[in-house]
Amino acid sequence: MKCDEVSRELIAFLDRRANSAERAVMEAHLKGCVACRARAEDFRKLWGLLDEVPVHEPSFGFDARLRQRIAREPRPRWFTWLVPQPRLAFSVALLVALSIWMSRPPQNRPTTFANAPSEEEQFQMIDHLGVLENFDLLSKSDVLSELPARTPQQQAPQEDDAQRKGDGG
Amino acid sequence: MTRSDVQLMLDVKAGDEASFDLLLKKYRTPLVNFLYRMVRDSATAEDLAQEVFLRVYRARKHYSPSAKFTTWMFRIATNLALNSVRDNRYRRMQVSLDVPVEEDETPIQVPARDVRIDEHMLERDRAEFIHRAIAALPEKQRVAVLLHKYEEMDYGEIARILECSESALKSLLFRAYETLRVQLAPLVVGSMVHRAVEGRAP
Repeated sequence: MKCDEVSRELIAFLDRRANSAERAVMEAHLKGCVACRARAEDFRKLWGLLDEVPVHEPSFGFDARLRQRIAREPRPRWFTWLVPQPRLAFSVALLVALSIWMSRPPQNRPTTFANAPSEEEQFQMIDHLGVLENFDLLSKSDVLSELPARTPQQQAPQEDDAQRKGDGG
Repeated sequence: MTRSDVQLMLDVKAGDEASFDLLLKKYRTPLVNFLYRMVRDSATAEDLAQEVFLRVYRARKHYSPSAKFTTWMFRIATNLALNSVRDNRYRRMQVSLDVPVEEDETPIQVPARDVRIDEHMLERDRAEFIHRAIAALPEKQRVAVLLHKYEEMDYGEIARILECSESALKSLLFRAYETLRVQLAPLVVGSMVHRAVEGRAP
């Protein structure tokens, strides 16, 4: 074994984690190599030195603070097992909402018959059918359009005269 | 009969809070210790250790014993520690544009071999000197040394935490210990003297 190869196996040899075959090869190398033997001895001393570093203990309130933090954690709800993935749950909810909206009856939708007369208005129109026909006929007559425009003051006495004539006839 | 860590965690998963307390009692000191040696600050180390336990607790419902419990827990701890170290380094870089470097931020002054160890020990605390030598290692080497030397984990476990091969880990450890051997050479010699003096003392 060359010194370069030793570098990879020396630590495992020193911490006694190498297997028996690896140990035998390493021991044979160390017997014949002064430099590697010196390095191995230095490593042993170094590990002894590293053991001098004191252990850093957690503070007195460590456990209490951790338990407080755990107590603040949100508790799992009973239905969480139904929701394996939030995105999936959101998609399903969106699909259901869309289906409901699509299948509702069109009662509130605006229609083209919004200005159509109601049933009562239609009956009244039948009652006054004669008057409406006369109005329709007169409004389309060319004779009426040739009449001069009248002011409201002129219109009132004339209407009174017409009424008196009607009462007399 | 004592339950294994995996069994304790499975019991926590089943709703047994007392098993979590057992895991906390068993691992709070190793975890705080590891994190302190990574970040070199007591308060930060404790905060990170709490975060590790909290993440373990939160993950209890999805826990499956695919790896050793310690591998899983120390991987969380390592990731948190490295993020904290990087954030802190970034913050220091921003501050250093305007503010001079603090006095205790001076690089480690390795004493010359001919300086007497006793004199050096008057200037610096031995443990602090060792801490700083470990802290000066590159991130992966530092994690490898801490898990190997202080947590006594096997190579396979450390390799999984660092996401590298066992062969790469052995090379990493050799380079790390070689750096420490050079950095701490005066103390290594001193420790021999120290032990010899202690041995003579009544």
